[in-house]
Amino acid sequence: MSDTNTAPFSIAPLSPQLRFVERPRPPSALSNALVFGWRAVLKFKHVPEQLFDLITMPIMFTLLFTFVFGGALAGSPSEYLSYFLPGILVQTVVFNAVYSGMGLSTDLSKGLFDRFRSLPIWLLAPCAGLVVGDFLRHFIAATIILTIGLLLGYRPQAGIEGTLAAFLLLLTIGFGFGWVFIVLGLVIRTPTTVMTLGFTLIFPLAFASNIMVDPATMPDWLRVMVEANPVSWMATAMRGLMNGGASIQQVLLALATPVLLTAVLVPLALRLYKRQ
Amino acid sequence: MDRCGPADADKMTGITMEMRTTQDEGAGRYPDAAKAAIVARGLVKRFGDVHAVNGVDLDVERGTIFAILGPNGAGKTTLMRMLATLTAPDGGSASVMGYDLVAAPAVVRGVIAMTGQFASLDEDLTGRENLLLIARLWGFRGRAARARADELLAAFDLTDAATRQVKSYSGGMRRRLDIAASLVVTPGVLFLDEPTTGLDPNARQDVWRMIRALADSGVTILLTTQYLDEADQLAARIAVIDQGRKIAEGTSRELKATVGSGFLHVAVNDSAQIDAAAATLKERLGENVQRSAEGAHLSVKAPTPQAANEALAALIAAGIDIADFSLSSPSLDEVFFALTGRAAPVGSDSHAPEDASS
Repeated sequence: MSDTNTAPFSIAPLSPQLRFVERPRPPSALSNALVFGWRAVLKFKHVPEQLFDLITMPIMFTLLFTFVFGGALAGSPSEYLSYFLPGILVQTVVFNAVYSGMGLSTDLSKGLFDRFRSLPIWLLAPCAGLVVGDFLRHFIAATIILTIGLLLGYRPQAGIEGTLAAFLLLLTIGFGFGWVFIVLGLVIRTPTTVMTLGFTLIFPLAFASNIMVDPATMPDWLRVMVEANPVSWMATAMRGLMNGGASIQQVLLALATPVLLTAVLVPLALRLYKRQ
Repeated sequence: MDRCGPADADKMTGITMEMRTTQDEGAGRYPDAAKAAIVARGLVKRFGDVHAVNGVDLDVERGTIFAILGPNGAGKTTLMRMLATLTAPDGGSASVMGYDLVAAPAVVRGVIAMTGQFASLDEDLTGRENLLLIARLWGFRGRAARARADELLAAFDLTDAATRQVKSYSGGMRRRLDIAASLVVTPGVLFLDEPTTGLDPNARQDVWRMIRALADSGVTILLTTQYLDEADQLAARIAVIDQGRKIAEGTSRELKATVGSGFLHVAVNDSAQIDAAAATLKERLGENVQRSAEGAHLSVKAPTPQAANEALAALIAAGIDIADFSLSSPSLDEVFFALTGRAAPVGSDSHAPEDASS
């Protein structure tokens, strides 16, 4: 054991700090949640590598599809970019939602949650911290990808308002999918299993969608599947919001899945969390 | 000097008042101040068909150290998790510092702190950030939170490591930080689940010293351990748990007394004679003979020194070549053996009685 403080520390300097310290006025639930949000921000500060994980895949996909397939799929790379970029943002957020579940599973396997749960705090505050972390992750990753798109020549036709609306939709999507992984994180005790299982669920959803290719060219059976895929609805709404021409129906359809996921999974997560 | 608890009214006068600490708050903040810190009656926890805890009663006096001793899988951790509101009991009732565990778990959480078996820290954060996190969750704000974190870091000799990530800490440092995190607000009851498991002897001594200092300051401490000597060293009272049941409880002295007045330890020179020696001792003293792991030592309960003396004489008369002998009060290993009929728990670092041979 490599204890850097090998000299036994004395009780004398310990005693003044062991004075009786009374509990301060109980903080609000919001304050509890914000503290966990602060923890999520600290994680970014101490583990900046995680940002690399977040954006390598989408950047690779963006460059690869735009330049290798873009010409063949849409006539020119820049035309393809306007089709592909809004979709890859959805894919990024859906994949990155897995990290909060992994973080939760890690915390649970280490006994950290036992400490949180033995504190007199708002029961759901730790989950609120995960959500804050998710929002940050999604926002940072989406901003980086949009910046790369802009450098490659992508210009959102719907301007800043459209892009902001698209980002709001994106964060809502991330919020909804986050609960899938929070539930998995509560059930599965090994973080890597959460990731593997999560990716297994998401891969078909992301790839059998209209994110990369317009389903018009697909065989009928596949086109039906792709058009029924909620991820396709999300990508379509994102395209509409960023490139102009989004309909209310498209946006509502894109919101349906995250809203449904939240409505079903939040009570489930709460029950699982209480049962822990 | 400044170490003080609810009962130490006189000592409170020397305290800086930057955090709200008055003797009234200290003495009067719990209902029924005279009552026990923990009262449990018939606590039960089932996992499927397994009764992890099967009807345990506990009475822990305030300001004392109480040890729950038992082998792996005895139900110690489950019992502690129930008392710390982390898992709901399937039967029975309990109160902590006068608050009912089932009816008011949120209130109980306000007067306890728990340090789990595995360091309950965020490895990615620094030591200071970990303490700040807990301080802010308790409701300390801004400067008060920072002051409390720094104060605890100094108290636990972690100031130099304050800005390092916990993942770089040694086992002993983690334990200290973990316990510090449990003291952000002085708890009425501190739960320590196997506080020294996996620590080297130096770090272990540190933790023991810390636990004693805490108890002196008025905190009630409930700890689980599978180290028999740990319970002996620290605890005013010990409950021995085996297979979900409490099989004995008392002071270290009382537990030893239930086993008898003392033990006769004999070592023989010729290992071929060990069976004959054991048989003679059993015949003379009428008790089961416990063999040391290496098989060279025998230990047997002796009701009186005279009986031990006669047993030794019988060994010599039988031609047994005695290498060494001694008479001792029983160790907790022997208590456990006497209570359960089984050897001391696996994983125990407890040793053969120190005075058995030399």
